[in-house]
Amino acid sequence: MRERMPRRMRGGSDAASDADEGKVINIYCWNNEFRERVEEVYPEVKETSKDGTVTTLNDGTEIHWIINPNQDGVYQQKLDEALMNQADASADDKVDIFLTEVDYVNKYTDAEADVAMPLKDLGIDPETDLADQYSFTKVTASDVNGVQRGSTWQCCPGLLVYRRDIAKDVFGTDDPEKVGEKVKDWDTLKATAEELKAKGYFTFSSYADTFRLYGNSIAQSWVSPGETVIRVDQKIMDWVSDSKEWLDAGYFDKNVKGQWNDDWNKAMGSASKVFAFLFPAWGIDFTLKDNWDGGDGTWAVTNPPQEYNWGGSYIHACTGTDNPKHAKDIILALTANKDNLLKISQKYSDFTNTQSGMQEAAVHDKEFSSDFLGGQNAFTYFSPVAESIQIAPLSAYDQGCVELIQNSFSDYFQGQVDFEKAKANFETAIIERYPDITEIQWPE
Amino acid sequence: MKQKNKKIDYSKWGYLFILPFFVSFFIFSFIPLVDTIRYSFFEYYRSGIKEVGPNFIGMANYISLLGSDMLKYAGNTLILWIIGFIPQIVIALLLASWFVDARLKIRGTQFFKVVIYLPNLIMASAFAMLFFTMFSTNGPINSILMSLGWISERIDFLGSVFGTRALVGFMNFLMWFGNTTIMLMAAIMGISPDIFEASEIDGCNSVHRFFYITLPLIRPILAYTLITSIIGGLQMFDVPQILTNGQGTPDRTSMTLIMFLNSHLKSRNYGMAGALSVYLFIVSGILCFFVYRMTNDNDPDGSKAAAKRARKQRRK
Repeated sequence: MRERMPRRMRGGSDAASDADEGKVINIYCWNNEFRERVEEVYPEVKETSKDGTVTTLNDGTEIHWIINPNQDGVYQQKLDEALMNQADASADDKVDIFLTEVDYVNKYTDAEADVAMPLKDLGIDPETDLADQYSFTKVTASDVNGVQRGSTWQCCPGLLVYRRDIAKDVFGTDDPEKVGEKVKDWDTLKATAEELKAKGYFTFSSYADTFRLYGNSIAQSWVSPGETVIRVDQKIMDWVSDSKEWLDAGYFDKNVKGQWNDDWNKAMGSASKVFAFLFPAWGIDFTLKDNWDGGDGTWAVTNPPQEYNWGGSYIHACTGTDNPKHAKDIILALTANKDNLLKISQKYSDFTNTQSGMQEAAVHDKEFSSDFLGGQNAFTYFSPVAESIQIAPLSAYDQGCVELIQNSFSDYFQGQVDFEKAKANFETAIIERYPDITEIQWPE
Repeated sequence: MKQKNKKIDYSKWGYLFILPFFVSFFIFSFIPLVDTIRYSFFEYYRSGIKEVGPNFIGMANYISLLGSDMLKYAGNTLILWIIGFIPQIVIALLLASWFVDARLKIRGTQFFKVVIYLPNLIMASAFAMLFFTMFSTNGPINSILMSLGWISERIDFLGSVFGTRALVGFMNFLMWFGNTTIMLMAAIMGISPDIFEASEIDGCNSVHRFFYITLPLIRPILAYTLITSIIGGLQMFDVPQILTNGQGTPDRTSMTLIMFLNSHLKSRNYGMAGALSVYLFIVSGILCFFVYRMTNDNDPDGSKAAAKRARKQRRK
């Protein structure tokens, strides 16, 4: 019931004084992850209501958490609705901060759509304020013109997580250094896969497990800016041919089809014959740990066959917000403060977005070792991966492309359709999803 | 004139009482219907968070749908429906005639009527979830078959065209046969017991009785069941959608028309989805017309038509 007029936000917040700030900060996200981290490190937090929907700050401002699940695009639907109405919404109903994942961050950082505010307009200078961040995370959150429109606390370099008992059985050792040698690149890994197979083990659970390694190292984006042509990268076709070869050779468990399903979860259990998974920090902490039914210390991490990044949540201030100062404060506290980031790393095992901090974590075994990994310090392995990640160029069509190419070629891997039919099915599906796509080009 | 106006008119109360239905129908059904048809002539979708259109493009959506795989998905829908409907109608007829047959003295018919209707009460999506888990390659069905020694390797039910389609059909059968049984029981009970008694005196056995008396006399209800089931089948999506994660796998062979519609709605393609809806609307409309003709049949035994023919004959 406030009578203040919504403030025009374009062109800088320097004039903003605390009196101008709205009393409600609406934050759109998909789970409690962000709220927990805000409560942990944002010093202004006073308390959160029992049901977790409202967090009160010291100055009386309320954060309203609007949480919709990521599954089936529900989160994006709700967020899109809110963004469409942003101009007409009353000040307290406007979206102030929203989160995105790497799979669709590009849709929201689009310069033309202009829904995520450039950090510069908030008063954050990415050059100086975010200097300690990994540079690929900054590229990911930037639009075509290189203007950064979001920031993340997370950096998601991925590792190879393997079962020590299986390693001992097959290689006679479970030492991460020695196992790392056996999986150091794709050719070596293939020879290792043969060894594992001889003893009745699968190297990975399914072809979807390796997709990120290929898919996140494509040379050009799926759709170039301003075009409506999908260019399927050679790396994707490599994934298709390698996956087919590996599946036919018996290096994958053919009963596991894709990820995030029951069969995949069971492949992480103690009864499974799967040797390894490819996971970033969150994957080990949430997914693997949740599905593992044995004691601590069975799993260990080592270097992946190829550096890759998987996931990451970006924080954006929404154009039209009436709380630019709070937005700036929260973004800085959560993504640019080294002490806060190290705190998050310790408490939630996130690999956080501070280069110097992570280098320290890599050598401080005491504070950063993981019980689940039997006292191993995973940061020792994460850090070098993070430093050499080359992030693939993004486009607003990534999510559909990544999802549909895996679905279409799933049938091919399982022998339901031939190669050409799988390609045709992908073309049909992608044009259904993105009606503005006019052509699909396959590599020679 | 004055006399007429003074007559007390109660009809306004009637109109007042049916008003809520018409108002809500107008707001929640009629306006969206007209809007759907209107948008089907437009190019109107979302690319990312940018809206494209609405631009008027005439019949282009309709034409491009004809060029797409729409007919293949219509075929899928039909196949999935038939796989479910044939066992459904056969079992329902059998059960219905047993349950109403006084001579069989089946005990606990009330109990069975409730039990066979129960699957219909479960939400289709929950039911599909259950089957998805039960029939997954690591699921309980495979484990049971393995431990019984009937199979040596796990069967990938959802990985094969036959397996997926059969499961969808089986689920639709399970969900709807109870409903059909109860409807057919009502129809059979509507037949005068005199006819059955007379046939028995004439020496009919139960097979004759079923084929020469029961079946012909419940034909209108059978036809009604058939057509409402086709209309329901046209709109089938929840079971295959959940079972195949919305992909209609494998190779889009279990993709139904409504799932096709849903995949257009993922990009908020109101134009294309509208055109598809109009096609479905026309087909359902034709089917409804048949139902209407049948349920409003004032000549159920054909005697009036026969009399008319006879009159014509005489005139000649």
